[in-house]
Amino acid sequence: MPAVSKGDGMRGLAVFISDIRNCKSKEAEIKRINKELANIRSKFKGDKALDGYSKKKYVCKLLFIFLLGHDIDFGHMEAVNLLSSNKYTEKQIGYLFISVLVNSNSELIRLINNAIKNDLSSRNPTFMCLALHCIANVGSREMAEAFASEIPRILVAGDTMDSVKQSAALCLLRLYKTSPDLVLMGEWTSRVVHLLNDQHMGVVTAAISLITCLSQKNPDEFKTCVSLAVSRLSRIVSSASTDLQDYTYYFVPAPWLSCKLLRLLQCYPPPEDGAVKGRLVECLETILNKAQEPPKSKKVQHSNAKNAILFEAISLIIHYDSEPNLLVRACNQLGQFLQHRETNLRYLALESMCTLASSEFSHEAVKTHIETVINALKTERDVSVRQRAADLLYAMCDRSNAKQIVAEMLSYLETADYSIREEMVLKVAILAEKYAVDYSWYVDTILNLIRIAGDYVSEEVWYRVIQIVINRDDVQGYAAKTVFEALQAPACHENMVKVGGYILGEFGNLIAGDPRSSPLVQFNLLHSKFHLCSVPTRALLLSAYIKFINLFPETKATIQEVLRCDSQIRNSDVELQQRAVEYLKLSSIASTDVLATVLEEMPPFPERESSILAKLKKKKGPGAVSVPELDDKREAGLSFNQRIGGSIPASPCRCSTPSPSADLLGIRSAAPIGATPTSTGSLLVDVFSEAGPAAPSAAVNDDGFLRFVCKNNGVLFENQLLQIGIKSEYRQNLGRMYLFYGNKTSVQFASFTTTVSCPGELQSHILSLNVQTKPVEPLVEGGAQIQQVLNIECLTDFSEAPLLNIKFRYGGALQNLSLKLPVTINKFFQPTEMTSHDFFQRWKQLSQPQQEAQKIFKANHGMDTEVLKAKLLGLGTALLDDVDPNPENYVCAGVIQTKGQQVGCLLRLEPNGQAQMYRLTLRCSKDSVSMRLCELLAQQF
Amino acid sequence: MYKNSINFMLLFSRQGKLRLQKWYVPLSDKERKKISRDLVQTILARKPKMCSFLEWRDLKIVYKRYASLYFCCAVEDQDNELITLEIIHRYVELLDKYFGSVCELDIIFNFEKAYFILDEFLLGGEAQETSKKNVLKAIEQADLLQEEAEAPRSVLEEIGLT
Repeated sequence: MPAVSKGDGMRGLAVFISDIRNCKSKEAEIKRINKELANIRSKFKGDKALDGYSKKKYVCKLLFIFLLGHDIDFGHMEAVNLLSSNKYTEKQIGYLFISVLVNSNSELIRLINNAIKNDLSSRNPTFMCLALHCIANVGSREMAEAFASEIPRILVAGDTMDSVKQSAALCLLRLYKTSPDLVLMGEWTSRVVHLLNDQHMGVVTAAISLITCLSQKNPDEFKTCVSLAVSRLSRIVSSASTDLQDYTYYFVPAPWLSCKLLRLLQCYPPPEDGAVKGRLVECLETILNKAQEPPKSKKVQHSNAKNAILFEAISLIIHYDSEPNLLVRACNQLGQFLQHRETNLRYLALESMCTLASSEFSHEAVKTHIETVINALKTERDVSVRQRAADLLYAMCDRSNAKQIVAEMLSYLETADYSIREEMVLKVAILAEKYAVDYSWYVDTILNLIRIAGDYVSEEVWYRVIQIVINRDDVQGYAAKTVFEALQAPACHENMVKVGGYILGEFGNLIAGDPRSSPLVQFNLLHSKFHLCSVPTRALLLSAYIKFINLFPETKATIQEVLRCDSQIRNSDVELQQRAVEYLKLSSIASTDVLATVLEEMPPFPERESSILAKLKKKKGPGAVSVPELDDKREAGLSFNQRIGGSIPASPCRCSTPSPSADLLGIRSAAPIGATPTSTGSLLVDVFSEAGPAAPSAAVNDDGFLRFVCKNNGVLFENQLLQIGIKSEYRQNLGRMYLFYGNKTSVQFASFTTTVSCPGELQSHILSLNVQTKPVEPLVEGGAQIQQVLNIECLTDFSEAPLLNIKFRYGGALQNLSLKLPVTINKFFQPTEMTSHDFFQRWKQLSQPQQEAQKIFKANHGMDTEVLKAKLLGLGTALLDDVDPNPENYVCAGVIQTKGQQVGCLLRLEPNGQAQMYRLTLRCSKDSVSMRLCELLAQQF
Repeated sequence: MYKNSINFMLLFSRQGKLRLQKWYVPLSDKERKKISRDLVQTILARKPKMCSFLEWRDLKIVYKRYASLYFCCAVEDQDNELITLEIIHRYVELLDKYFGSVCELDIIFNFEKAYFILDEFLLGGEAQETSKKNVLKAIEQADLLQEEAEAPRSVLEEIGLT
């Protein structure tokens, strides 16, 4: 091959690359690169016009620098110039640079599109291919707008060269994926289907990707492809290994095309036409037969290509799920692979069998491989293979083998890789629940899970065991006995303490008859764990204690003593303190009747889908848990007679409470911010008229911050104690913000102070803030509101937000709160109205890459037009109608006023309703502003 | 929504240096760098003889080591791992044939050629032309055009430039 020494071999480039390779350090490399960049910049800026060769060389160097991971912010224009060169290699380098470096938003797109247009109409196939490659590589919406109607024409024109057709097909596919709305179906579509019959295998290979994509979207329109695909496949499958010449790969005829044909067929149900179906079944049988034939070559490429087709055929067989004979054959074939010496094949066989397990025709056949799969779980050296084995065990599990599989998974858990433990725990928990014949086995399994992998047992799992025990009275005694025993272990996991506390608090009476587990023994056992536990667990234990007082009056004195001691009643944690105080009071004030009502046993949980299953689905995506669901169908009636609830177990106290954290168990560690305190007149409210809420942490809270980017007034923060409202107005570079602090309690806040600080750069005068009013009153009475005014002046643009820190004493406890104040750069916008012409002219003027910031992101809210408009107006810019040629898009313009300068900003927001995505582009005369606005806004829609 | 077959392809050395990167899905420069960094680390940490496939985020990674270079493709969950492995192999064959026993240095010094060959073989993440002969023919034609670079413009090119 000629290759490297070829004509142009850009010597300068080679020298530069060697230089870089010879650099001893990162610093030296950067130095060398900067030198080169300076050199290239001066060449590009120089008076002397560069010849094409030099331009090509420099553009290529820039590309190399970029691919090393450095930023390149110039050279785009030179690259675009190369596109119109009539020298192929110059053009080629130009296109390469464009496809690697110019992202879809560049202003240069128009120039590029022109060059592409010229090349497409040049009728020179090599130029046409280059242009098509570029469109496919960039694939931007602008390109789709320009070429989506042209390319189908090229694709189906009678005189188009094969190589151009291939590029055109895949280019169109790319545009269809980016902008399906711009690629219109038409007369060309039926002709595209017939490309499946094309004599040129390369054309078929390229076209079928396009056809598959179009079929998924418009199955009816492309239905005819099924019979064409079947006959094409049949011809390939039955061809001798040399018939297809260069499309034969290591003695396998057209493996890529075969796989794609089989994939296309998976877009459709089995063919209705008997003849077509017969032919297809024949093909599939032939493929299965070939797997049994001796290999034609020892090369791994031969077996890989052959097996690629086999696996794709098996996917199709599973997709049809209607041919028991084929399904069982597929399963046997995969069974052979399970013990193959190639790791790759074992991996794929495990993976593929997972889907086979969900077919009722092959489920039993899959189950016969259980020993092999268990062995794989134990002996495979590669964790990804073990993971597949665990997945398959999960998929093949049913009532007949559940005990064995759960036992194996449990023992695997002891040594399992950390990365997969949590998922394994979820799976074990689901299987145990699903196939529990007796609930004692279920309880044992879950407690084992906690013992073996306590850290990985998520809340959902231990909530679930509690729900089930509460709903099934036949297992409550056993559960109490088992947790009691489990808690005897000197070191037991905190999750075990939680389950133990809850269950003994509810059902400890069921084992209290045995002197070895008398009420006091139970209490002492629980309390021996108390001091080692975290706050939420201690809170739960306190609730268990008050339940004990109800269950076992003889423990009352002991427990009251515990509650009364300083470490409880004066605990620095408000939640614990509150519980201790309340429970102590409750136990001494309330009569036995009241106590019994308040602390009655928990009612059964409502029926709901298992929250564990929901969690696994979330973790693995839908489909991953399809198997147990299928089991539901098969074994309905055998399953739990009660599908029980998946919600968090609520507090064992059947009362609403004035405490802001409504669940006394402390299961939710913090009450939702903004929740108003409930004050329904229930029993406890009468007993204690005031309650100490949890202390808000001093960590900076910026929940409210983002809600104020597009609005000026509202509630910035709210918890059980305090509400902070904001009103603000801005004019030019000045702003005034009113802060309203409301005391929501009936108790005075003491030592109330607020400070506003500007972190980091902000402090160095970027934003000057002065709190004009005198310091707020140090006392805020219950139910009162006080006000504070802040004057703001924007000196220059900024990205940070000022911090508001609030400190006060409430019932003796110091409250400390930090909030980001919603002062954002866009507050200083002046809207600017302009015409479409002006807008685009300015847009073009702001074409330096760093002036632009762009983000593509998923819609977080509905994509309602009016809401979007309101937000954009709230931003402070002018929303310009009739500017963007696409009416779906929004464009805005405004000027940010700072003391030192004005920053012009243009904004374009392109929603894609279908994909639920947005593309947001900002161009500002100052780069930092583009970036900041883009960041802020990307979180608004 | 129909997904790309190949999301991206990376070539990197045993030292973790990226030698070629081709992205078939729109991603920001920052995301690309993060993905490359994570993935290179993940793969380099794997032992030889481990299987060539792994689940990574919501993609499947198919990789293979050839001498000092790792070739790695990210494909969708539904995609065929083995045929992707052979996509990699075919690309290696193409490079090998073009450069004549290709080595890492060939790809470093002629990175643009490596991209050109890839574009002839794969387009938009799908196989465009799987015949080795046809791909190389297209590249050779381009090389020929290069040698005739000084030849006067053809009439066709004139039209192309109007």
